Amino acid sequence: MKATRDSFGEEVAALGEKNSAIVVLDADLAKSTKSEKFAKKFPNRFFEMGIAEANMIGTAAGLALSGKIPFACSFGCFITGRYDQIRMSVSYNRANVKIIGTHSGVSIGEDGHSQMGLEDVAVLRSLPEFTIYQPADDEETKQIIRAAVELDGPCYIRLTRQKVPNLFKSDYQFQTGKWAKLSEGKSIALIGTGGLVGACVEANEKVGKKFTVVNASTIKPVDKKMIEELASSHDWLVTAEDHYVTGGLGSAVAEVMSEISTKARLYRIGVETFGESGSPEDVIKHFKLDAAGVAEHLSKISKLS
Amino acid sequence: MQTQSSKPENISSQKLINDDATAKRLRAVILKMIHAGKSGHPGGSFSCLEIIMTLFGDILRFDAKNPEWDERDRFILSKGHGVPALYAVLAECGFFPKDWLLTLRQLGSPLQGHPDRLRIPATEAATGSLGQGLSIAQGMAMAGKMDKKDFRVYCVMGDGEIQEGQVWEAAMSAPKFKLDNLTAIIDFNHGQIDGTSDEVMSLDPLADKWKAFNWNVVEVQGHDRKELRKILPTRVSGKPTLVIAHTIKGKGISFMEKIIDWHGVAPNDEQLAKALKELES
Repeated sequence: MKATRDSFGEEVAALGEKNSAIVVLDADLAKSTKSEKFAKKFPNRFFEMGIAEANMIGTAAGLALSGKIPFACSFGCFITGRYDQIRMSVSYNRANVKIIGTHSGVSIGEDGHSQMGLEDVAVLRSLPEFTIYQPADDEETKQIIRAAVELDGPCYIRLTRQKVPNLFKSDYQFQTGKWAKLSEGKSIALIGTGGLVGACVEANEKVGKKFTVVNASTIKPVDKKMIEELASSHDWLVTAEDHYVTGGLGSAVAEVMSEISTKARLYRIGVETFGESGSPEDVIKHFKLDAAGVAEHLSKISKLS
Repeated sequence: MQTQSSKPENISSQKLINDDATAKRLRAVILKMIHAGKSGHPGGSFSCLEIIMTLFGDILRFDAKNPEWDERDRFILSKGHGVPALYAVLAECGFFPKDWLLTLRQLGSPLQGHPDRLRIPATEAATGSLGQGLSIAQGMAMAGKMDKKDFRVYCVMGDGEIQEGQVWEAAMSAPKFKLDNLTAIIDFNHGQIDGTSDEVMSLDPLADKWKAFNWNVVEVQGHDRKELRKILPTRVSGKPTLVIAHTIKGKGISFMEKIIDWHGVAPNDEQLAKALKELES
């Protein structure tokens, strides 16, 4: 078990040694986003921008336009809240900025709604030529950080505060835009992203591994081929994310399904109301985003079909 | 692309002659561009023209044939709506053919209504959503420091523009990073869409605000090229410089000067003829 923000912190600090173009910016949350690991190792390539995310994003764009590979880090809600700066300074300039949004979803628990990134994917998914990643575990996070450095263009990487189970071994090979099947089954294809992948795997185990489970770690571009294949071989596609169902992974899958000829139906697991304070366990349970919650949704689906 | 007849590689880099005659000629070009494009911002283009002419004519190091030359000085027009002035100067310097100018704002033209770095690399950054250019300029200045390069970064902002909060975030951070290779210039023309900047959201005391943020603050008459030539390269060690350029919105055309309504409208045929006549006299 490891939080994907920790995996990010370790990997970006490791990459900093190999690639001197990598710089990191944070907005007074380095201890939480884990960018502090890079800061300690490379103090001259780390920029503490204070509680001023708009300026941080613009500064990152300027660094990128001068050949640096900046990682701009904050909580997902705060950093994508500066949408206009991402839209103009980063996206339209095709500035090679890697935006790190940690503390995604309701799973952060106690801090409550104001600190929860719940619409970060929705807002950034609208931008052309913008890649959105959401890794499911430690190994995948590290591979995605490396892929982001290789990628010549802006991207957003959505990370968890909470620990998530290890799903992949070091022989796993992440590819941008390609989703991985974690198990093959019939009738229902569970498409999870981020912290929900572990919950999907566990829920599927509870029912004897009879369903297909897919890890959607690139949310933009979605794996259209995989969605088409799943839709042609399953009755239900079920998306699961710790994000609003509006505009997130569920919407992305709906968009693809609405444009292909398929009898498969879509069921979206996610968040539809404002967040709540509580212990992470209680909050995740409340929003039915744990394995038991996913299993409950699955039994509901079996009654629908 | 309608009239993009010349290819960029067929033109040569040339020095902009920073004199009265060029200023008059470029004002005429800017008006013709905005007239042809049937929209644009004459008032704010004219207020910053001498600043941009002086930078490109006498101060900035650049290679028009290689706009992405690593050692170049950077210029960002954060008040992106003033871009007709920048386009006119860039064409004059040979960054792109002059016959592109009259395609301003037309479908397919590289001369977008606001700067687009990918279409015109010499603009350095897409701007026009106000308040963002200084942060980008700051990032460039930081990269210059990291790489121990001696290029300088200049950023022109509108006075109305600095009502944006992001400008003050950058105002706070540039001194922290001791960016003495960064110069911000405020085109203080006192005009914005809804009225004078003094009415809409007063900036006073402007110099004191920036001094309090630890900038090296200097003031200049923004249409006096001789003074601009002297003041714009000013720098002090360890601090960014802020130049308050006192300018006149619509400068150079009698019926446009200080008239807020000329912020963002194109002249009609008659107004164009009248203005061109004034510029010829």
